[in-house]
Amino acid sequence: MSTSAESIEREEKLQGVGCSRKRKEDPRFIQGKGNYVDDIKMPGMLCAEIVRSPYAHARIISIDKTEALALPGVHAVLTADDLKPLDLHWMPTLAGDVQAVLADEKVVFQMQEVAVVIANDRYIAADAVQLVKVEYEPLPALVDPHKSMDSDAPVIREDLIGKMDGAHSKRLHDNHIFTWDVGDKESTDQAFEDAEVTVKENMFYHRVHPCPLETCGCLASFDKIEGKLTAYVTSQAPHVVRTVVSMLSGIPESKVRIISPDIGGGFGNKVPIYPGYVTAMVASIVLGRPVKWVESRIENLTTTGFARDWHMEGELAADNEGRIKALRVNVLADHGAFDACADPSKFPAGMFHICTGSYDIPNAYARVDGVYTNKAPGGVAYRCSFRVTEAVYVVERMVDVLAQKLGMDKAEIRLKNFVKPEQFPYPTALGANLDSGDYHTALNKVLDAVDYKELRKEQEEKRANGELMGIGIVTFTEIVGAGPSKSCDILGVGMFDSAEIRVHPTGSALARMGTITQGQAHQTTYAQIIATELGIPSEEIQIEEGDTDTAPYGLGTYGSRTTPVGAAATAVAARKIKAKAAKIAAHLLEVSDDDLEWDVDRFKVKGVPGQEKTMKDIAWAAYNNLPEGMEPGLEAVDYYDPPEYTYPFGAYLCVVDIDKYTGVTKVRRFYALDDCGTRINPMVIEGQIHGGLTEGYAVAMGQELSFDPEGNIEGNSLMDYFLPTAVETPHWETDYTVTPSPHHPLGAKGVAESPHVGSIPTFTAAVVDAFAHLDVTHMNMPHSAYRVWQKCHELGLDKAK
Amino acid sequence: MIPEQFEYFAPSTIDEVLKLMVENDEAKILAGGHSLLPMMKLRFAEATHLIDINGVEALKGISDKGDHILIGAMTTESELIVSELLQQKCPLIPEAAKLIADPQVRNRGTIGGDIAHGDPGNDHPSIMMALDAIFVLQSPDGERTVPANSFFLGTYWTELGENEILKEIQVPVAKPNSGYAYTKLKRKTGDFATAATAVILTLDGDTCSSISIVMTNVGPTALKAEEAENLLAGKVIDESLIEEAAEKAMSICDPAEDLRGDVEYKTHMAGEMTRRAIRIALQRAKGEI
Repeated sequence: MSTSAESIEREEKLQGVGCSRKRKEDPRFIQGKGNYVDDIKMPGMLCAEIVRSPYAHARIISIDKTEALALPGVHAVLTADDLKPLDLHWMPTLAGDVQAVLADEKVVFQMQEVAVVIANDRYIAADAVQLVKVEYEPLPALVDPHKSMDSDAPVIREDLIGKMDGAHSKRLHDNHIFTWDVGDKESTDQAFEDAEVTVKENMFYHRVHPCPLETCGCLASFDKIEGKLTAYVTSQAPHVVRTVVSMLSGIPESKVRIISPDIGGGFGNKVPIYPGYVTAMVASIVLGRPVKWVESRIENLTTTGFARDWHMEGELAADNEGRIKALRVNVLADHGAFDACADPSKFPAGMFHICTGSYDIPNAYARVDGVYTNKAPGGVAYRCSFRVTEAVYVVERMVDVLAQKLGMDKAEIRLKNFVKPEQFPYPTALGANLDSGDYHTALNKVLDAVDYKELRKEQEEKRANGELMGIGIVTFTEIVGAGPSKSCDILGVGMFDSAEIRVHPTGSALARMGTITQGQAHQTTYAQIIATELGIPSEEIQIEEGDTDTAPYGLGTYGSRTTPVGAAATAVAARKIKAKAAKIAAHLLEVSDDDLEWDVDRFKVKGVPGQEKTMKDIAWAAYNNLPEGMEPGLEAVDYYDPPEYTYPFGAYLCVVDIDKYTGVTKVRRFYALDDCGTRINPMVIEGQIHGGLTEGYAVAMGQELSFDPEGNIEGNSLMDYFLPTAVETPHWETDYTVTPSPHHPLGAKGVAESPHVGSIPTFTAAVVDAFAHLDVTHMNMPHSAYRVWQKCHELGLDKAK
Repeated sequence: MIPEQFEYFAPSTIDEVLKLMVENDEAKILAGGHSLLPMMKLRFAEATHLIDINGVEALKGISDKGDHILIGAMTTESELIVSELLQQKCPLIPEAAKLIADPQVRNRGTIGGDIAHGDPGNDHPSIMMALDAIFVLQSPDGERTVPANSFFLGTYWTELGENEILKEIQVPVAKPNSGYAYTKLKRKTGDFATAATAVILTLDGDTCSSISIVMTNVGPTALKAEEAENLLAGKVIDESLIEEAAEKAMSICDPAEDLRGDVEYKTHMAGEMTRRAIRIALQRAKGEI
């Protein structure tokens, strides 16, 4: 390849891979010109509002709609009984369970959907909601998942009584969902028996909610003449919604059109299909008018997909030098009243098998039991690749616990146990196949950057003065890019993804993908990939996603799968076009393909200066001057089925100072080094890292959905639920290394979730480290001032000076 | 916001406001709206008639009256913060106003609304009690004044009578050799105080000649820590006296448990905020900061 100044200049003009191209989405967003579901209006549109249960567990005695129906402007009040004849009162979940669209005979969580009112506008609908009279007989609520399998526990799911063959395993109790385990239990148990040192810790990864700025909503419009249903939906996976809607409604999939317009953040919350979407669609079919449903903030936080809620017991076995011999994890997973986890269908615990982390651990065993409670359903992947957040948390916490037991430095124990660069690809004891990594370099770079030794020295001095300073270190490995369709599917559809690129006669291009951006800047970065592959300037490449009538089938955007899968499809589709372009160029230059070389945006005849054809020339020729027998046009589609996951990693370090009199934790420093392989747009990556770190900070330090003993949800408005503002958000320092994925066409790995997954245990590690000299090994999140003060108070540290 | 239906009035004079209140029994006064509108949004507050007093110019503004400053009830928090008059002559008010909610709220929220709502979580009640402010109330029967220290009767319960509005607030200017502080612990921007304390003290040489200590959100109303005040008045304040005063302040706390913390935590935080406020006020009175 030529590296002349002239060709470098041409390359820069393309704004391709590696360029910090400004986000193409931003001009419309910052001018308020975005087009979200609630911005869309249709002639004759009606509004839906949902009647919700005040109880966490109750039998429905009666529902009286009379008064509501009498209110002028009300068109319908639908209940489960109305949906029954259509067989739409229940729907399948992504996790192999079923979920009531509208409560069928009983309610099983607070604010469950009981009825839906359709009216001229939201005001009338909300008035009518108050007029729907529902009589309940309260039942004892099951809130503590540890009591779910008690013999006298109230049965939550009466529809499943006696059905002991669950979707993933035998069910052990009426409130049991599944048992999932992985690894060699026998060898692991043996390693624990033989170990010189073992450690065990119980930790609760609390229930949180992704809380995207835009809540969920749907505008459904059924055309009775054409028999076609069009729905604008806040969905991270519009094609999956189309397939499910077709299966549920019996409408041919070709007559279902799902459009995800601009989406104001998803973070996993917009992967599932919610009762609100279904009721809007059903109401539109029944009434023959467009029906819009948009939930409020409280409805979003209370009823749509929560994340985490795992009670984990972690154990490590090691020798006296700190070499880890085995990991054992037992998890009790609270899934709420319906198993509505959003995982690949065969993975009820998601990608939890990544819980051996970045370490060379010879023996491991993990078991997860899912149970029902009287809480909202969910278990979505909140900015994480399906339970990777939980996996990273448990192993990183346990490595710290082990270090403390052995009196070892928390960085040293990691360096000692890392998988070594020469061991890649590295098969883990739990079946992951780490594609590439250089963990030692990453951690050492961070330790040098922050002058780790000096920090430890300062900490020692502070401790001598009775001050609390903590240093948290996390070295995580993620598993992203679900996934190889041999193992990963959603309701039977393999988790490939797709790209379709058309180069127009004048050399610009249109590309459509099966993924859907929710703020990740796909419009910007996909164009950069095509620019580099085809030599077409990014500015001349239009990216479209989200309309199932035009985009090729894809599984959507979540689990950091866009770059590992969608970007791979894009690169491969572009390469198909380039291969054809080479033939056309050879034809135009009257040489053989082999005589050509690619130079940024053109094919040149090797060794013959001036003999060249640009992609623009070739595009024109593709429509009027082709080699004999070649079909016209210059376009390609690729459905990319990844051969393997990708494994991004990073090394994070956090320094906190704790005010022992108030419990307020101040993040003094946070240094995040990420390795996501090839970096497509460094500026977009930087933005993703900042966003993920800030969300991680929110989860670790404040976000929590808690419940009282009656199952009433607490903290479900932004008055309590912690969204950090610029005031609370720490200053982030970022860094990177580049270890390309060996199997990805671009060497890229996916990055947006790393900072969330990696930062959360880093905050916990830092807070706990502040108390480590007082024999504290773990503290549960969130590390609010209240909770941290309780620890200070318990240890008598808050006594007046 | 999807509230129930309500009738909306936008008068421009105090007389019109009072007339509307008399004519509409159930009417609610809309000031900045940051307490009322969230309640209406959730349909907790029934407001069939809303009297929006944002257009009443006579209720706005800050003026210098020599020994005191007069603040119109509809003066916004942002206006309090930027007032040079207050910064120079009553710096406790701008300092405290900066700690209320966030800029958007402060641009709408008013000092009068904050006081008249009677919410123990609001910050101005403590500030006004610590300052010994006087509230001027107006009803169709005329004008009367009520000292801040006898205005707050309970949660959402004040001396304001039926058909009576808070018109303006008289705050005394800061004395020489005095110091002030408002220390507030909150979970995040926009939150109410977990606990907060307002302190004003005056020194005569090294001796504290007078002090007021009032705490926010640890009881049904703002709480004046009189025993603590009595302990410190007339003494040279040192750390051990501060500790003793904090203990006395804590002993009158009666906070409600919520997601901010339990009774024990909130009580301890009231104690810690009190310690810190006394220390800062003392340093300011001495001219150390």
